[in-house]
Amino acid sequence: MNERDLAIEMYRQMKLIRRFEEESARAYSMGKIGGFLHLYIGQESVAVGANAAIRPDDYTITTYRDHGLALARGMTSRAAMAELFGKETGCSRGLGGSMHFFDAEHHMYGGHGIVGGHMPLAAGMAFASKYRGEDRVALGFYGEGASSIGATHEAMSLAALWKLPCIFICENNEYAMGTSLERSLSLTDISRKADAYGMAKDRFVADDVFMVRDRIGAAVKRARAGEGPTLIEVRTYRYRGHSMSDPAKYRTKDEVDDAKQRDALYRLQHQLEEDGATAEIEKADAAVEEEVQDAIKFADESADPGPDLLAPTTYKGEFAR
Amino acid sequence: MTEMRFREAVRTAIAEEMERDASVLIMGEEVAQYQGAYKVTEGLLDRFGEKRVIDTPIAEAGFAGIGIGAAMVGLRPIVEFMTWNFSAVAFDQILNNAAKLRQMSGGQLEVPIVFRGPNASARQVGSQHSHAMEHFYTHIPGVKVVAPATCADAKGLLKTAIRDDNPVIYLESETLYSLKGDVPDDEDFTVPFGLGRVAREGSDVTIISYSRIVHVALEAAETLAKEGIEAEVIDLRSLRPLDEDLILQSIAKTHRAVIAYEGWPYGGVGAEIVDRIQRMAFDELDAPILRVTTLDYPMPYSAALEQHCIPQAPRIVEAAKKVSYRE
Repeated sequence: MNERDLAIEMYRQMKLIRRFEEESARAYSMGKIGGFLHLYIGQESVAVGANAAIRPDDYTITTYRDHGLALARGMTSRAAMAELFGKETGCSRGLGGSMHFFDAEHHMYGGHGIVGGHMPLAAGMAFASKYRGEDRVALGFYGEGASSIGATHEAMSLAALWKLPCIFICENNEYAMGTSLERSLSLTDISRKADAYGMAKDRFVADDVFMVRDRIGAAVKRARAGEGPTLIEVRTYRYRGHSMSDPAKYRTKDEVDDAKQRDALYRLQHQLEEDGATAEIEKADAAVEEEVQDAIKFADESADPGPDLLAPTTYKGEFAR
Repeated sequence: MTEMRFREAVRTAIAEEMERDASVLIMGEEVAQYQGAYKVTEGLLDRFGEKRVIDTPIAEAGFAGIGIGAAMVGLRPIVEFMTWNFSAVAFDQILNNAAKLRQMSGGQLEVPIVFRGPNASARQVGSQHSHAMEHFYTHIPGVKVVAPATCADAKGLLKTAIRDDNPVIYLESETLYSLKGDVPDDEDFTVPFGLGRVAREGSDVTIISYSRIVHVALEAAETLAKEGIEAEVIDLRSLRPLDEDLILQSIAKTHRAVIAYEGWPYGGVGAEIVDRIQRMAFDELDAPILRVTTLDYPMPYSAALEQHCIPQAPRIVEAAKKVSYRE
């Protein structure tokens, strides 16, 4: 794919994530979606740029704020929305919900609800790749809030020791739920945590999706070449609260408005318009709109999962009771 | 048949399965160069190399999670905990990842992994190193839990565990490692999960046990026999799944039951078995079921007090007499 086509495709993905989540927020307020709903709006350039830096067979895993990565990796909007609606047609057959999007076919390994608990799994997938002599890499996404918990550090420590092809992508959106960066970390340059493990590091702001692709791409290249893991701190910002129940009173409207001025989606849109791609943008927007509305309809009309699904998804083979 | 020690039976199972399947590997603290903290993995590094016999730093959450992540994409790791006590710092990995990935992915994923190591009391290792962890793990749907008492079962159950596509908790015992017994040489010898065995036949009272306490129960049965009570000793072998049929058959014969195991009395495996018996064989019972457990305290260091707390044959004898109304 040439860079212009890629730009349009990345625009489409980012727009899809945003519109998908705006509509899921609406569905949530209508009571169609239960439990937690953590929106990725504002952070789209990270998942989309990262996905552009890897191959379809590379491994990815992330936090409970997982809709963006799932859609970027190629999960259908139908499967994603139906999962939010708790329907059998969902990506995890309605058993996972918003926090547990899985799509093994697209090598999207969740969707995890315990902060930092999934980072050893990222290293484990990278371990498997190295063990089998493959050149696949694993991308493990986490929030800066997970910088304080042990599992993240044990994963980094072992990945660096064993030179695993793992890229630790810290999406620093400045708030661990309602606790600001300064109030949760003594060292706010998170990339420097890599120094403790003798690991390569990088740090940048995710305003430009092409830069996200290129900077993560450099780490991916090193990992494929057997040069070990990298910790990348990506500075980003979430426009919405931590979850739907969070009014975000811990920050000012000015701060949020200021962040929106640097919106990576509109920045890319602006660039494309300047490049004369207005028609392509309109086409992409229309396709996204159709896809999201179709997904809502599909999710709404899908059936609830039945109790017969529970036993075979708990154990493979005979149930152990 | 070859006579070997319990630790050699565990090792033989690991070696045979590593020979059979290149996706099987073992990782843990001191499993490679040191040859195993309890010499279970002795010689495996020389035989299989450092790619498949892997020393880890002291980071249980990290290496348990790496094992789970590797299993999730097709490897079959054996993760050794130097003792099961240390699995407490990896509990989240087992509870939230190993046991949940299949269900919360809608059945897309499998996690074929074995966690193994010595469990329960050793000798005067104090309160933090004497936990019977099966009571925590059997509670969790999504994992299987087995606890062999004999050398043959040590091999057969571990081979089944390694071949299983679900996460398996495999519990050894430090004080069983030197036990000798006959072990089948057949490389396809396996012991299926969910089948207990009758370790001693008897008609008067059923003593249900597993792991090391099976041997204590057999000792108690000998004492009881001298007093005219023939105890049937059941070795469960597998705790989840549990062999209900074997338990119920024995109760139908003896009408009395004592459950003996390590671990505290509140809840746990014994309470689960009591519940099943009272639900499924209420009319068969001639006496309330009694449990002989570790006493309800953190394990003391003092040799005398430790022995006081751990289930001993005299306590099992006393319980068996009580349910037989022969005090």
